[in-house]
Amino acid sequence: MPAVKSLDELKKLKEEALAKRQAKTTSGNIQITVAMGTCGIAAGARETMRAVLDEIEANNLSGVVVKQTGCIGMCEMEPIVQVETGDSPKVTYGKVNSDRAKQIMKDHVMGGKAVPELVVPNA
Amino acid sequence: MRELALHLLDIAENSVAAGAKRIEIGVDEDAKNDRLRICVKDDGRGMDEEMVARVVDPFVTSRTTRKVGLGIPLLKAAAESCNGYLSITSAPGRGTTLEAAFQRSHIDRMPLGDVSGTLYTLIVAWPDIRWILRYRANGSTFEFDSAPIKQELGDIPLTEPSVLAFIRESLDEGVASLQKEIV
Repeated sequence: MPAVKSLDELKKLKEEALAKRQAKTTSGNIQITVAMGTCGIAAGARETMRAVLDEIEANNLSGVVVKQTGCIGMCEMEPIVQVETGDSPKVTYGKVNSDRAKQIMKDHVMGGKAVPELVVPNA
Repeated sequence: MRELALHLLDIAENSVAAGAKRIEIGVDEDAKNDRLRICVKDDGRGMDEEMVARVVDPFVTSRTTRKVGLGIPLLKAAAESCNGYLSITSAPGRGTTLEAAFQRSHIDRMPLGDVSGTLYTLIVAWPDIRWILRYRANGSTFEFDSAPIKQELGDIPLTEPSVLAFIRESLDEGVASLQKEIV
């Protein structure tokens, strides 16, 4: 029976997270949505999702909301990622492989500037 | 789809769409009997017989009421081409269990793929659902249940960086240590 990480460890992480929350407010309402219909999954959406989560972890980004959605009717543009920051309108990115997901995380989510060459027009 | 783990992700998304609150993903690798079985069991709204027939083979019935996808028919074809089968047990209000079995050594059998990555994606993206992984391999079992983690965390989101690392490492380590035992 393989060992499972202990819940005590998780308890410690929770306390650290609570302390951090008090220390500063979070990065201001960022929501990332990855499309995960059959079309998205077949096009590599799981790896896209993984890249998004890895960037959150590597750059210690608190307060980012990550969601999934189903097929949004643009199967040929999958994997699709949508980013909403603060009050700005939602930006839809197409053909987002892991490398592109990392770029979007760096430029848009962390840098505040959308990546125009990856945006799906009229989405 | 290039991996059975991606099919598991796809089938589990159906369970989410069916309003499930508890979804159990099973993988059973049995080298001795040369079988590989995967299943997804949910407590969602379930389907009547007609609907089950339609999701398994979307081209035999005229589709007028609901849209159905190709995920399940593709998995069924993959299983049947490897001396296996796909079965769905479901009833309205009673949830759905989907099971697919393969001859493990069959030359056409798709690789199992990244089971850990599939679970990680599902747990983080659908935090309000209780996710259970039960992975058996030649008699050993790795079980992962998201409920105690969420209970411990309270309102701390799963996307907190240190929590992401915890979940990712728990799954990766559990799956890897089990797979070491499989020939």
